[in-house]
This record gives sequence, C-alpha cells and structure tokens, in this order.
Amino acid sequence: MKNKNLFRWTAVAVLLFFFVAASYAEKADTIKIGVAGSHTGDLASYGLPSVRAAELIVKNLNAKGGLLGKKLELIVEDEACKPELATNVATKLVSAHAHAVIGHICSGATKAALGTYKDAGIIVISPSATSPELTHSGQYPNFHRTIAPDDAQGKLVADFATKTLKLRKFAVLHDKGDYGKGFAEYAKKFLEASPEVKVVLYEGLTPGAVDYSAIVQKIRYSGAEAVVYGGYHPEAASVVQLMRRRNMKTVFISDDGVKDQTFIKVAGRAAEGVYASGPKDTTKNPLAIAAISEHKKAYGAEPGAFYLNAYSATLALVNAIAKAKSTKYAAVHKALRTYPTDTPLGKIKFSVGGDAIGVGFSMYQVKNGVYTEIK
Amino acid sequence: MNFFWDLLLGGLTRGSIYALIALGYTMVYGILQLINFAHGEIYMLGAFTALIVASILTMQGLTGLPVLILAGLVAVLYASAYGFTVEKIAYKPLRQASRLSPLISAIGMSIFLQNYVMLAQTSDFLPFPNLLPPSDFLDAISVWIGPSDFVIIVTSAVVMIALSLLLKFTKMGRAMRATAQDREMAMLTGVDVNRIISRTFIIGSALAAIGGILIASHVGRINFYIGFNAGIKAFTAAVLGGIGSIPGAMLGGLVLGLAESFGTGYISSDYESVFAFAILILILIFKPDGILGRSSQQKV
Repeated sequence: MKNKNLFRWTAVAVLLFFFVAASYAEKADTIKIGVAGSHTGDLASYGLPSVRAAELIVKNLNAKGGLLGKKLELIVEDEACKPELATNVATKLVSAHAHAVIGHICSGATKAALGTYKDAGIIVISPSATSPELTHSGQYPNFHRTIAPDDAQGKLVADFATKTLKLRKFAVLHDKGDYGKGFAEYAKKFLEASPEVKVVLYEGLTPGAVDYSAIVQKIRYSGAEAVVYGGYHPEAASVVQLMRRRNMKTVFISDDGVKDQTFIKVAGRAAEGVYASGPKDTTKNPLAIAAISEHKKAYGAEPGAFYLNAYSATLALVNAIAKAKSTKYAAVHKALRTYPTDTPLGKIKFSVGGDAIGVGFSMYQVKNGVYTEIK
Repeated sequence: MNFFWDLLLGGLTRGSIYALIALGYTMVYGILQLINFAHGEIYMLGAFTALIVASILTMQGLTGLPVLILAGLVAVLYASAYGFTVEKIAYKPLRQASRLSPLISAIGMSIFLQNYVMLAQTSDFLPFPNLLPPSDFLDAISVWIGPSDFVIIVTSAVVMIALSLLLKFTKMGRAMRATAQDREMAMLTGVDVNRIISRTFIIGSALAAIGGILIASHVGRINFYIGFNAGIKAFTAAVLGGIGSIPGAMLGGLVLGLAESFGTGYISSDYESVFAFAILILILIFKPDGILGRSSQQKV
C-alpha cells in the first residue's frame, strides 16, 4: 500500500517536472511580462484597460523587432481583485518565469501578491493600487506604481498651505465619508508634522443638513486662517457661501471632490479664490492623445479606467529594461529610478519607495469662474 | 458670549425652518392621523418653483424686491396646488382604508415627486440666488445678525402668529379645530370635512414652501433631494413637540434647531444628528406624547 502511494506521487512529480521543463525550454528566449488584475467580476472594468494598454505596447514593440533582440510575451492572469486569488496568480507568474509584472489593480490584492514577487525577485508596477503603505512601508522594494497614493492629496494640500501660502492655523473639516474623511485625516497628519502649525478644529459635518451656520460660526471663533475641507462639492459650496456672507476672509482649500465645475456654478462669486487639488491635466500631452487614439483604433471605444496609468507603467518598464540592457532585477530596479521615461502621464521616473515622481495631483485655484492650475 | 449669541441665532434660524415644515405634519396628523411623508417634497417643490420663477424674472430684467415677492408668491401658490392635488390623488380615495394604506401611499408620493423633479429638472445641485435685496437696514444690523437669519426668523414668526390667529379667530380655524377634535361630530354639526382637509393641506404646503424658499436662499443651493432630510428633521420636531399640537410643532422645531446648533458649537458637529435624536428620545421617555402633546386615549 505504502509503496503504491509512493510510486503514484513519484509519477506525478516526474510528470509535473516534465511539463515545467518543456514549457520553459520552449519559450526561453522571450521577455515575459505578467499582467495581473481583475479581468472578470465586478471590478473587471478597472483591470481590462490595463491588459489592452500592455497588449498595444507589446504589439508595437514586437513589430519593431522586440526588446534586446527578444520578442515580448504577455502572460495575462485574472484574480478578480481577490487577495486569495492574487497569491495564486503570483505563484503562477513566478513559476512561469515572468520577468516583470504590470499590476495588480486593487490595493488589497496587490499587497497579498507582493511577497511572492519579492521573494522571486520580480519587479512589479501597478497602474492603480493607491494604498499608501505599499510604497511608504519599505517592505516591498520591488513595488512601483504610476498612480499617486491615497495620501498624496493630503500631503500636497498640507505642503501648499504651509509652504506656499504660509498659513499656520487650520480648521480641518470633512463630510464623514470614506473619501472626505480619509483626505482630512492625511491632511491633518501632514499639517501637524510642521511644529509651528496648529489644527484648531477637526470635525465632520453632516452631508445634506439643512444649514451649516453653526459650524461656520465655530470656524470663525476658532481663529483659523484656513479651512481644509475633505469631501464633495455640495457641502463645500454651502460652507463657502455662508463664510463669505459673514464676511469671513478665511482661505478655503479642498480636494478633488470639490474641483468640479458644479462647485463654481453653485457657489458663484463665493467660489472665487478657493483652492482645490486635482489630478494633473494630461489631456494636452501628445503621448496621451496618441495612446487614446491608438486604443480607439484597435478596440473601437474610449479607453477605460487607469488606461493611461497602465500605458505609462508598461512604457516605463520597457524603457528601463532597454536602458538596463538586461531583465535582471537589480539592473531594472536601478534603471527605473535613474532614467526618466516620456509617458502619457508626463516624464516619469520612480522614487526610492517606488512612487512615480511627477504623477499625481496639482493645486488649482478658482479664478474668474474656472479652476486654473497653479504652476 | 458672542459665540453663544451666534449659535443661538443660528439655532433659531434653523429651528424656524423646522417649525414651518413641522406645522404641515402636525396639522395633517391632527385631522387625519396621517403622517404625510410627501410633505418634505412639497418644501422642495416650493424652493424649486421659486428658483425657476426668479430665474425667469431675472432674465426679464427685474431685480430686487419684486423678484423676491413674485417668486415667493408663485412658489407658495404652486406648492399649495401640489399639496391639494396630492391629497386628492393619494389620500382621499383611501380615507376609509386602514391607517397603513395612506401611509404607504404617502411614501410612494414622496418617491414619485423626488424622481419627477430629478427627471424634469436635474439631479445636480443648482445655485439658489440670494433673493434678499441689499438694504441699509439689513447692512446696519448685520453686525449682530446675518441678513438672511434675520429675515428667516422674522418671516417665520409673522407666519406662525398669522396661522395661530387664523386658527383661533376665523370660522375656518374653528372648523379645523373641530375636525381635529372629532371628525364625525364636526361633520354632524355641518362642517364640510373634505373641504377642511383640503384647506389644511393647502395651508401646510404654503408654510413648507415659505420654509423652502427661505432656507434655499440662506444656504444657496438646492437639488431634488433636499426635502428628505428637512422632512425627517421637521417630522422629528413635530413628534418632539407633540404631534397634532400646533404650538408643539413650533416649540419642537425651535428646540431641535437649538439643540443641533449648540451641540455643534460646544461639542462637535460630528454628533449633530445624535443630539437631535437624543433629545427626542429623552423627551419621549419622560413625556411620551411630546412636550405639548395632550395624552389622549386612543380612539377605537
């Protein structure tokens, strides 16, 4: 009985080895790039544009003769944004000898998969995973991303308010929602990082309330020089209007949820001078225009979410491999940090932590009824 | 002390609006024992109508006080017509049905009106102009009290006094009180109950429309959904004061407004709604019929 079992397992092991060896031998002379993310399920619309971006770039490159004399090959793996599937996908890509991975899409799945890639020495570039700890914790030196982390807006706003505007006393408000409160928490943390800055008021207001006079009075009596608001434009419009009607000159600074033309329409004259952070304007970048029209030509539709981020991630990776003249981890890792790449998101290279420098948010100010980027 | 004064005014402003809407709830409940959930929507319709009329008039080149008065008048008439129609369509056919049926009908009406405005107008927020014309008097008092706060408090006070006088001294008011006390007995003494019910809806809707215009002009924005939150708060105010009682609704609105304002000011705006409902629960524990509610035996 025992012998029989042993024999069976040996047979299985031999067979498995045989398969691995065969597939390896067959495709040894290609550069393999894994594309992992959600390609099915509820969040498929976040992942599929990345596959298309990678496919377009690889097709173009292969038509021109490939990279380092080798053809590029994509290994597309789906994990539906589920962390437990993401680890499987990672193991699969490692055993398929992927040289680098574009992905994953969701922060949770990315985090689950990263350890496996790290042990195998595989470079990962995500177009969309925004959880700050992925780059800030230092645990994942192999991780890069072409999207700004969640705390980037809070950091930008805090830096802008304290360094550019030189303000010292702040009231930080939010709408108690995930987005607004998240932003407000980061903004508060970064504001308080400078010792001379004081956050005199930190509170959530109720979205859809009949009136915001009480909280506006509280701002007034707190002596804050500026309000930093995390949330969306309807409440922001009311608060700003009430402040201006009471002749309060308090500076109003907010986030991407307020950087919306509706805000200016609703708040009217009170909106003048309001600051808000928002994604950098890429619509005038010729590479972005080209990437989008390429997608329209190939697929007959507008590209979906994170398409430009994935396009930039793939370009940066390919460029780094070309500059490093190798697919070795250390060489590519260094090249990503040394050589800037022209991408649809602008000229990017990566910081030590793995965030793309130059990708992310800018400050805007309402001037004559439109948001104007502050250079 | 200044801070206290400002919070007090803010609370009174907010409370006056709650009171104006709560009156509609309480009057209808007093007569029909029905919670008119579509009432918040009438408030929203009033504000929307005022916005539309004001935009048209402004385009015609009118400014200042005439716009405010005309827009207000049209909005009040229009909202009253809505209140009247809603009653005829959604509640009158169910007069003899069990009490649950008109309640469900009211919720349906509320959802219908919200979606109707969303589709016919827009789902976006719209700017609501400050309809108050600049005046020397308002500028002069703006040191102590914001112009729109002043107008809201004064207007609400005038409207509520007028309503009290109407109920107390006119024939219609007497008939309304009689209907509220005992509908069948009122009918026997020759009161046209159906007409009284219609008038109750018209008056309640007019008050809600006034509240809608005032607050929209104060906060500067509206959308199709503003009636929901205001309606819930006003309903709370009506229950707090004792549903069915007219002075109760006024008092309940003010108590609620002040509780929210002081709660926000002295503790934290995170808990704004918590204060409002904690007060409601506390008062209902000690006075289950509300502050001014008469503890009446349930009629069977």
